Amino acid sequence: MSKDSLFAKKNMKLLSDPLDDNNPITVQVLGICSALAITVQLKPAVVMALSVLVVLSVANVIVSLMRNMIPSRIRIIVFLVVIAALVILVDQVLKAFVYDVSKELSVFVGLIITNCIICGRLEAFAMANPPGKAFLDGLGNSFGYGIILIIVAFFRELLGAGTLYGYPVLEKLGVYDLGYENNGMMILPPMALVTVGVLIWWQRARNEKLIENN
Amino acid sequence: MDVNKNSYTFGFAAVMVVVVAALLSVAAISLKPFQSRNILLEKKQNILSSVGINIDRDAADIQYPVFVKQELVLNYKGEEIDGVAFDVDLQKELKKDKKLQSLPLFISEVEGKTQYIIPLRGKGLWGPIWGFISLEDDLNKVFGAVFDHKSETPGLGAEINQPFFEDPFSGKSIFDGEELKSIKVVKGGAGDDNMYGVDGISGGTITSDGVTDMLLERLTMYLPYFNKIKPNIEVNSVFSAMDSVVTVNDSIIN
Repeated sequence: MSKDSLFAKKNMKLLSDPLDDNNPITVQVLGICSALAITVQLKPAVVMALSVLVVLSVANVIVSLMRNMIPSRIRIIVFLVVIAALVILVDQVLKAFVYDVSKELSVFVGLIITNCIICGRLEAFAMANPPGKAFLDGLGNSFGYGIILIIVAFFRELLGAGTLYGYPVLEKLGVYDLGYENNGMMILPPMALVTVGVLIWWQRARNEKLIENN
Repeated sequence: MDVNKNSYTFGFAAVMVVVVAALLSVAAISLKPFQSRNILLEKKQNILSSVGINIDRDAADIQYPVFVKQELVLNYKGEEIDGVAFDVDLQKELKKDKKLQSLPLFISEVEGKTQYIIPLRGKGLWGPIWGFISLEDDLNKVFGAVFDHKSETPGLGAEINQPFFEDPFSGKSIFDGEELKSIKVVKGGAGDDNMYGVDGISGGTITSDGVTDMLLERLTMYLPYFNKIKPNIEVNSVFSAMDSVVTVNDSIIN
């Protein structure tokens, strides 16, 4: 049996697919809760994307290593223990050594544990694939999740508060002098749903693989 | 080996729980000293920040005794009692009956002027909010305020720890004559001429109301102490006024 290189073309698809064709948020509609909750500003969205990246990749590898040992009747519980332990560990380390980042992140810790993308990937992928592939799958899906989070946060922060990453872009551009005002609705949760909806619409109109023929 | 046997399933679960619990306990215990130090330094940093001294967290340890001259613990009558003000945990005190609470007070000196710093703690939307408010030596005018929170909504209630929310507190008043008005966080904006209100945060109304309630509740607790030391302050200010009259007279005579 010839062993595929980890970076063979087939494996690269594990990284690229979740970015577009099989995006966890816009195609599988997973992880919507956190996509709505933390996309008011870019900064928390980036922090959340990074923490999901760490937790999902490592959890995928751990579960993949144990995949032949996990009794199938309690596998979901095992996933939750692995995810929760990782999240707590990461949080404790951050609190001790990078306190400011941990303050930024504290709210999201609970959200990471409940993020359906993580449980979904462990169940669908890590349980059936070797660690190397599972790691790539974790990276790919985190990128796919992160990119949507960042796009949504970009528009919500820009239109809702007139800033980007806390920097007052619109004020510096002098847009307010022309009579423009921030749209307060953009910072409220419903507009996150609408923004995600518009993204899904745009993606489906553009990507032929996603157009259903009926 | 059959991984779906009942005995294996139980065994796996038991081993997993023990391993994970041990791992997390070791991590928690070994990281605890680092975490406590961060929290302690942050408290010092916040106290200094409420009197306008903004420094790095690492510098807080050295700078704190430079500015904070006195730490008092008071009871509900405004009397000084024994204790270390810095170590008073408001979370525990707030659960006690009002008459049993210890009230910490910090007195600082910045550029020759005295400030009274009162620690605050209350409820936001999702969890506790806290902060420090500093009063000028007339015990009426607000010198500065800092707030923080555990888990308010990012971009909405969480903005109470941002300067745009904190800065407008300075220069406001908490007393209207003898009556304690405290400071209200007003939804839709307070207006610049409102001496007892600051602008609320759109979308963060419950957190804003939490700040209002917290300020009123905490400041009320310190009223007996204020009433006790106010006469002294007035006497002092009369004395200093007389001093300046004397110098004016001197200069006229000369």
